Amino acid sequence: MTVKASFRMLASAGAALFCALGAAEAAGGKTLEYKHNHWHFKGPFGTYDKEAMQRGFQVYRTVCASCHSVDQLAFRNLGEKGGPFHLDECPAGVPESTDCSKPSENPVVKAIAAEYEVTDGPDDTGDMFKRPGLPSDKIPGPYANEQQARAANGGAFPPNLALIMKARHHGPDYVYSLLTGYETPPDTVALGPTQHYNPYFAGDMSQLLKPEYLNEEGHPVEGVEIPPGGVLAMKAPLSDGIVDYADESVPETVDQYAKDVVEFLTWASEPKMEARKSLGVVSMGYLLVLTLILFFSYRTIWSRVDH
Amino acid sequence: MGASNTTHEAEPTRRDFIHILATTTAVVGAAGVAVPLIHQMNPDASVLALSTKEVDLSALEVGQAIKVMWQGKPVFIRRRTGEEIKESEETPLSALKDPKARNANLAANADAEDDHRVLKPEYIVVVGVCTHLGCVPLGTSQGEVRGDFGGWFCPCHGSHYDNSGRIRKGPAPENLAVPKYQFVTDTMIRIG
Amino acid sequence: MSHPSTYRPGTAFERWIDRRLPIIRFADDFMNFPTPKNLNYWWTFGAILVICLVIQIITGVVLAMHYTPHEDYAFASVEHIMRDVNYGDIIRYTHANGAAMFFLAVYIHMFRGLYYGSYKEPREMNWILGVIIFLLMMATAFMGYVLPWGQMSFWAATVITNFFTAFPIIGEPIKTLLLGGPAVDNATLNRFYSLHYLLPFAIAGVVVLHIWAFHTSGNNNPTGVEVKDVKKDTVPFHPYYTVKDGFAIAVFMLLFAAFVFFNPNGMGHPDNYIPANPQVTPAHIVPEWYFLPFYAILRAITFNIGPITSKLGGVIAMFGSIAVLFLLPWLDTSRVRSMRYRPVARLWFVLFVIACVWLGYLGGKPAEGIYVVQAQIATAYYFAFFLIILPLLGLFEKPTAQPKSIADSVLKRDKAPVAAVAQAAE
Repeated sequence: MTVKASFRMLASAGAALFCALGAAEAAGGKTLEYKHNHWHFKGPFGTYDKEAMQRGFQVYRTVCASCHSVDQLAFRNLGEKGGPFHLDECPAGVPESTDCSKPSENPVVKAIAAEYEVTDGPDDTGDMFKRPGLPSDKIPGPYANEQQARAANGGAFPPNLALIMKARHHGPDYVYSLLTGYETPPDTVALGPTQHYNPYFAGDMSQLLKPEYLNEEGHPVEGVEIPPGGVLAMKAPLSDGIVDYADESVPETVDQYAKDVVEFLTWASEPKMEARKSLGVVSMGYLLVLTLILFFSYRTIWSRVDH
Repeated sequence: MGASNTTHEAEPTRRDFIHILATTTAVVGAAGVAVPLIHQMNPDASVLALSTKEVDLSALEVGQAIKVMWQGKPVFIRRRTGEEIKESEETPLSALKDPKARNANLAANADAEDDHRVLKPEYIVVVGVCTHLGCVPLGTSQGEVRGDFGGWFCPCHGSHYDNSGRIRKGPAPENLAVPKYQFVTDTMIRIG
Repeated sequence: MSHPSTYRPGTAFERWIDRRLPIIRFADDFMNFPTPKNLNYWWTFGAILVICLVIQIITGVVLAMHYTPHEDYAFASVEHIMRDVNYGDIIRYTHANGAAMFFLAVYIHMFRGLYYGSYKEPREMNWILGVIIFLLMMATAFMGYVLPWGQMSFWAATVITNFFTAFPIIGEPIKTLLLGGPAVDNATLNRFYSLHYLLPFAIAGVVVLHIWAFHTSGNNNPTGVEVKDVKKDTVPFHPYYTVKDGFAIAVFMLLFAAFVFFNPNGMGHPDNYIPANPQVTPAHIVPEWYFLPFYAILRAITFNIGPITSKLGGVIAMFGSIAVLFLLPWLDTSRVRSMRYRPVARLWFVLFVIACVWLGYLGGKPAEGIYVVQAQIATAYYFAFFLIILPLLGLFEKPTAQPKSIADSVLKRDKAPVAAVAQAAE
């Protein structure tokens, strides 16, 4: 095997590894295969759709925020470069000395923050007090702690959504499929009052088969199909028209809401993605040039000796 | 090695160019890598978001002073009495140790008359860090020593500041710095 | 250094330095080190590994400026790095993917050493130091993986420290000592952080010894034939191998950068973006890919062997799979160094590589049914390769003819038809 051949082999192995790792590890349990949406943010040049993010934030605030926190997000993040409410220039009516590209001075972000109440303190008398939010505050979640969240949700813990896209395999496709995938459960299973069937949620439906479909040992009777997916405590959160979009041209459907909230939450998981990718393009370009130059330098130097 | 050196010398510039280019490109790359590695030490986004602070002065009574934290440093805000304003305004520049205004809202060469130390004469806003070696002067809270000139007194090395935050006596070289600030409303200022 | 110094101090200043601390002489000798002229690209991984170590140390020191080793703040401080610190996301992704790239390179480097017999006399020390580096790397990578304090971090720490409980009597106390408590908690996190910061410098120290060792014995080379004539067989390290290594490093960096910038979480596990929760174990615990072969060996032992329980057996097999590497120089009985001239050994070697990769694949699969049987076969082969095949092959195989010298092999390969003429002319 020549040196070149071995190097080619290594390079292709590397490329194969790169692709395999991206595609591998499909959904763990026996769920339906996730729906694939064409996301704007995929691929080496993918970027976030700002308007979709803004709508997604609206969906999060109106629907999800009553149970789910976004622990790692601060209001200022919304106005940072690449964020849904980032401004390059101030809108009319803002005092001249304001630099709206700064998240802490962004009037939209300040207005959003002021609509929330945050706990601050202790004050001079040692008490905690409530005040309107500031851009530097973390976006407050619905519950004070996990115990409170569980108590309010029948023992289930609504996960933090600020990292949800990175904390699940194929996050965007998964969340989109889950939000749009609620179904009436098949007749073969019996659900409890707080159980909601979703074919994209990892679980084991064989545990919920009605007794008439089980044999004496408790195994499913032959010929009975076990439905894909599982049950979760969250009932279908979205329904058509539940959120009122300012832009009349955008449909107010479950599908659109799900896409928008995925866009927002993907940004929330990876807010610096656009900057990272563009730096990546520059770096790869540089490395390619360096590699070429080094290759010619190498050829020149080694042309002096038999090898 | 001897053989390679002779070829090296026999063919000078054109073949060497590629090596110089390679080395230069690699060095440029290394310098590029250094940028993020150094820049990460600069204040991060969460710190920068705190770089402005809005303070409500409506509860501040005449003659009172408060201390607020801004960028990890205390800022003194005193609502001066008419007498105090008058005293500061009448202080001749010749009596000052540091004749510069030290006001971030004005040009660097502005002189230190009282008018150049404030935006509104009623409120004096200064960074509460002694210009000597960084201690926090006394005089803001009630009952604290205010020094020989009725302003602030630094206990570390005995610097006396007047009601306008100007150094009058002691080792400190400069007047207390006036931070960049503006009145958002009549009784609300934004520092930074 | 084994070669005579060719450094001549040119200026008075250099002479002054040279009499007191001959550091310029050291660097000069290092750069002029006579290196076999026939090293192929597999040899560039040594330099690539040095770069990997440097990258990990630099990015690690930087991350430590922002990280908080406390169970309540660790996860949040990592997110703070990702979101707030200038270039923090790039630096952390570089560090995380850098660990994987480090292992990718070290595995290639080790397979190269295995194939070309780089562990054989007089390079046994070199090989042993290499295995020590590998062990230190594993310890460092494991403890680093715990620091983000995600679900995988926490459960990796739990599972791996539980290895020790397999040993009767001493096991439990050792585990408690390592953890600083009955379970993984804040004390564990703090000591792992401390050691994670320390060990890379220990690695750097052993790397110096590793390089010193082969600068004493001289590099091995693809023919396995020792340097006979420095003039004909070698070239100075600089510029010949600096430029070749540089080129290989650049190519390696392309792959590295592709991961960091465009698929930074491709090699990670999503569960580690969930904060550690001592009450809930993730459904599928898997280590990072570079530990999967050893994980497969651990799980392959599902049966008791006499007094040895399957649990202890698994742990022994796993540690044994690395311990056996220390004995390799004495297990291989062949007098021929390079497998280029050992056609039979070459076949077994290819099988060995396949077994290792297969073990890696199996380590990521659930330990049930057919996967277990496959892992057992692959594990058996792994040990048989070292303990049976290599010792016996050396006694029975018939190697092909080796070239007389490095220069000889180079000439033969490049100008096969005229080789005889060329030799006659010399």
